[in-house]
Amino acid sequence: MNAPLLKLSAVETRIGAYHILHGVDLDVPRGQLTMLLGRNGAGKTTTLRTIMGLWRPSAGSVQFDGREIGGLATPEIARLGIAYVPENMGIFADLSVRDNMVLAARGARRAEDIDAQRLDWIFSLFPAMKTFWLHPAGKLSGGQKQMLAVSRAIVEPRKLILIDEPSKGLAPAIVANMIAAFRELKQTDTTILLVEQNFNFARELGDTVAVMDDGRIVHRGAMAELAEDQALQTRLLGLSLAAHQ
Amino acid sequence: MSALSMNTTTAPPRAAAIDWAPLLLTPLLALAALPLVGSGSTWFTLTAAGLAMGMIIFIIASGLTLIFGLMDVLNFGHGIFIALGAFVAVSVLGLLPAWTTADSLALNLAAIGLAMLAAMASAGAAGWLFERLLVRRVYGLHLMQILITMGGMVVGEEVIKMVWGPQMIALEVPAALRGALLFGDAAIEKYRLLAVAVGLAVFIALLLVLNRTKLGLLIRAGVQDKEMVESLGYRIHRLFVGVFVAGSALAGLGGVMWGLYQQGVVPQMGARVNVLIFIVIIIGGLGSTTGCFVGAMLVGLLANYTGFLAPKLALFSNILLMAMVLLWRPQGLYPVTSR
Amino acid sequence: MIARLLSHDLPRSRPLAVILLLILLGLAFAPFLFPGAKAMNVAAKVLVFIVLAASYDLLLGYTGIVSFAHTMFFGIGAYGVAIASSRLGPTWSALAMGTVAAVLLSLALSFAIGLFSLRVRAIFYAMITLAVASAFQTLASQLSELTGGEDGLNFKLPELLSPAHRLMEEPLLGASLDGRFITYYIVFFCAALLFLALLRIVNSPFGRVLQAIRENDFRAEAIGYRTVVYRTLSNVLAAIFATLAGALLALWLRYNSADTSLSFEIMVDILLIVVIGGMGTLYGAVCGATLFILAQSYLQDLMAAGASAAQGLPWLAALLSPDRWLLWLGVLFVLSVYFFPTGVVGKLRKEQGR
Repeated sequence: MNAPLLKLSAVETRIGAYHILHGVDLDVPRGQLTMLLGRNGAGKTTTLRTIMGLWRPSAGSVQFDGREIGGLATPEIARLGIAYVPENMGIFADLSVRDNMVLAARGARRAEDIDAQRLDWIFSLFPAMKTFWLHPAGKLSGGQKQMLAVSRAIVEPRKLILIDEPSKGLAPAIVANMIAAFRELKQTDTTILLVEQNFNFARELGDTVAVMDDGRIVHRGAMAELAEDQALQTRLLGLSLAAHQ
Repeated sequence: MSALSMNTTTAPPRAAAIDWAPLLLTPLLALAALPLVGSGSTWFTLTAAGLAMGMIIFIIASGLTLIFGLMDVLNFGHGIFIALGAFVAVSVLGLLPAWTTADSLALNLAAIGLAMLAAMASAGAAGWLFERLLVRRVYGLHLMQILITMGGMVVGEEVIKMVWGPQMIALEVPAALRGALLFGDAAIEKYRLLAVAVGLAVFIALLLVLNRTKLGLLIRAGVQDKEMVESLGYRIHRLFVGVFVAGSALAGLGGVMWGLYQQGVVPQMGARVNVLIFIVIIIGGLGSTTGCFVGAMLVGLLANYTGFLAPKLALFSNILLMAMVLLWRPQGLYPVTSR
Repeated sequence: MIARLLSHDLPRSRPLAVILLLILLGLAFAPFLFPGAKAMNVAAKVLVFIVLAASYDLLLGYTGIVSFAHTMFFGIGAYGVAIASSRLGPTWSALAMGTVAAVLLSLALSFAIGLFSLRVRAIFYAMITLAVASAFQTLASQLSELTGGEDGLNFKLPELLSPAHRLMEEPLLGASLDGRFITYYIVFFCAALLFLALLRIVNSPFGRVLQAIRENDFRAEAIGYRTVVYRTLSNVLAAIFATLAGALLALWLRYNSADTSLSFEIMVDILLIVVIGGMGTLYGAVCGATLFILAQSYLQDLMAAGASAAQGLPWLAALLSPDRWLLWLGVLFVLSVYFFPTGVVGKLRKEQGR
């Protein structure tokens, strides 16, 4: 039970001529929210995409729940119980919010098939989803699109959720809304790997933290430790928490 | 179900307003032709013929536009499925002379129905082969797609010539469907009514599948963002193959209708219709079923009007139509994808 | 000196250089080496198709544009000569006027098509050119007063070029020195000049920009090249060369019809030649055209022999029937798109390690 749900060992990823991941070792503990931090270009998004199978690792192993998923196709990986919320959110703009959710709910043929309790819970986290249920998703605001993207990831229970920069470009009030929603999500014992650049967001939610730089993990440990240690923050992330509100 | 049954009256105006303008083009064209044609009854006949032809073209083109919209594959060899369907129909109808010569509408329709099924099955199978052998390797490479699918069409045409011979084979409309219904001076051929019926059925079926089923959702989502659909756990490649086969089967169905319309089939018929199909899907917007429908109606009507008024300009008139539509909307009437 | 003649675009491969040399010699001395009407016809056709295919390679291989309207310009050139000679009589001035008129028409048409369509996506452009070419073909057979319709136009050439005219009564080294002989060498030298001109164009700065556009038009635009201008120019140039090739064809055949120069089959032939020969090399057009025309003319006889030998196995006989030669070409085409995307020339060059 203490084995990490997701384990990356010496993972390298190349995209064309570019060598992005230079040997990533990452453990994502079960039931916790792990933050993946780092500056732009560190390789965070690439890590998520590699886990999801959108890019093949050229070396190393990716193990999910004890099983090697390194060479599998993306749909297979998703079916093992991993949900992915990409940086660009990936919502289908021409489809309604409802249709987006129906698609995300693999077990549902129509909207009525979605678990009503689950849907109620999602509506309580993100009321906008209910308000705009029949609207084309493309007409939503940036924050609402992000909420939709997260809603899609949780419309059915998943073992692991990968989220890429959910707070990017969002107004502080919306970010606060997001943090509250994620707190509730954490209580459902879902494992989450969340990439962020907003350290405040990270500090509020993270249990474990890993910091990336130049395609490698340069620090890992408990979030609480990092939050206390200003010198470490400055060294790793070039900032201090007090300054970054 | 509590969440869903709650009313949303506080919500601002609903889903996007329907884009009406292009839908008006067809009646506009028909009306514009009336003074030029002069006689009301002739106009009526021509319009009916044009709509029937348009329906058949729609059946053929609908598959191609769907394939392009979803898979970003342009099959320059689409014509081969048309020809194959038509030739298979010839063979099937040839096996049922009792049914086709009988003056019973039911038997005639049954014969045509069987021919259609056979045509769709064989065209679909050919489509599966095409995708497996030719198209699968060249996803995303447009130039290669054009070349390979053309090569496939050349080979396919030769195979048809080997099996059925290179010359034209007559394909007669079954007995009860010959002749025309008269409305005063205007005549509508019975077969054309059948074509309109089949075309409308296909159109409605496509719209229903695309808008009311999860499969349709998958297709529409896949058009926008394939990666995300895969990330949600759907094996989009199987969807591709399915759509390709379905599109080819539709072309086969269209081939049967076209062969009956022309009263004959010839191995090059696919290549000949190809040009019209391309014009239609460009006008409609690559990937849009409704656009394809409107485009097909316009092309069918125009072909018949100019065929009557100025036969030498028939094909040019369609090109002119395409140019004018593109000047108005450079991506076609209902652009679908953001590519 | 040869390097300068070839605009420094050398074969870069020993086997390729040998093949090209053989082709050159074969064509240069065809009347002597292969006397007889059929052989001369084949040689002349090879020359014409070399220019035609090379001009298409400029468009497809170097600029990356797929166009199905190329045969239209070919036909315009052929009809220009044919109509002028029929109407104005068999004079040199008629030939000149016909050619010039054809070139001007092609220039205008290709310019118009280029400006209108090159702004849209490549797929659109391909389909639009297909439509335009089909329409043109239909028009050509319908304007029978002008073009001779389905039957085409037969016409005479100036005295010097007519078969009856003889320079010398006795054949020289196997070749009879008549009007056909002279016509052949006119075609040969014109074709050679046109081909060398194309080499010059693709190896000039203009040609390099075309290749840059082919690779990444977005970046080319970003660097500052107006891609529409270059594409249109490439379109126009390719059209003009195709027109001149058409004029040469008509000159040789003393006949032209819609099927001879405008048909879709010819467009497919050009595609096959350029792809199998090797896109973006120009020498590919040379090898491809030679291979193709030879196959078209002689392979069918071979297949007929094979078919009669395979009488016992009807399915084999059906496959080998000379009518099926396009089937094999189609298969070869598909295979070469897969396995030899760089064509014969590319394969030969790669063997040499470039």
